[in-house]
Amino acid sequence: MNWLLVVAGAMIGAPLRYLTDRAVQSRHDSVFPWGTFAVNITGCLILGLVTGAASSHVQLLLGTGLCGALTTYSTFSYETLRLAETGAGLYAVANVAGSVTVGLGAASTGVWLTGAVWG
Amino acid sequence: MTAPDTESLSVRPRPARLPLLRGQAPVVAVVALGGALGATARYALTLGWPLQPGGFPWATFWTNVAGCAVIGVFMVVITDVWAAHRLVRPFFGTGVLGGFTTFSTYAVDFRELVDSGHTGTALAYLVATLLAALTAVWLAATATRRALNRRQR
Repeated sequence: MNWLLVVAGAMIGAPLRYLTDRAVQSRHDSVFPWGTFAVNITGCLILGLVTGAASSHVQLLLGTGLCGALTTYSTFSYETLRLAETGAGLYAVANVAGSVTVGLGAASTGVWLTGAVWG
Repeated sequence: MTAPDTESLSVRPRPARLPLLRGQAPVVAVVALGGALGATARYALTLGWPLQPGGFPWATFWTNVAGCAVIGVFMVVITDVWAAHRLVRPFFGTGVLGGFTTFSTYAVDFRELVDSGHTGTALAYLVATLLAALTAVWLAATATRRALNRRQR
């Protein structure tokens, strides 16, 4: 059962990341990887909301499965490497600093919102 | 990225939904399948290496670092030498590796360490993951390019 919940969440999260990335990347001309940034921040917010409030089954489905597959560290670091290699060093630094600070902020906001509603 | 359509060019192309999805069904399917495999592997690692309260999240740390090393090799191989089927990259790069690694757990684990008073461990985890992941993708890509260049000479 637990495995199925993780699989089901991931089968939604991973395609959602792919389609969001496509949609976002087709709407701007900058070299900044806004698509990956958007899914990572969204995933941090949702996981923050889910953490602490939901049952363990919901956490497996939405947390481990959906948010885990919606967000990515591999594409984040590969895109950072490509920015650095192609002379866009400032964008690379901005991507790292922005993703980490905004991601942590989004996770905290999610936890705080859940606490405010359920607390 | 979006396919050109028959609309007049003088009309500012509206962000149409259809071209974004057109012909995407096989790609979406392999991304979902790969994502399920990657997430299952990540879940298995967290079960085998459970997070101790206040402890360093080793399972997620190694998941992310390993995923970054593998994507470094994979992207160089698939861009430079391997004329792979068009579904290989979405399946493995976007699906498996994207589903395996996670940014959300990284952020929430950091927060929980801070919340439970383990600020030192939290900061070490934050910085160590970042440095190890970026070093892994860089080393893997560089080493793969060198190995391929040597072979082609």
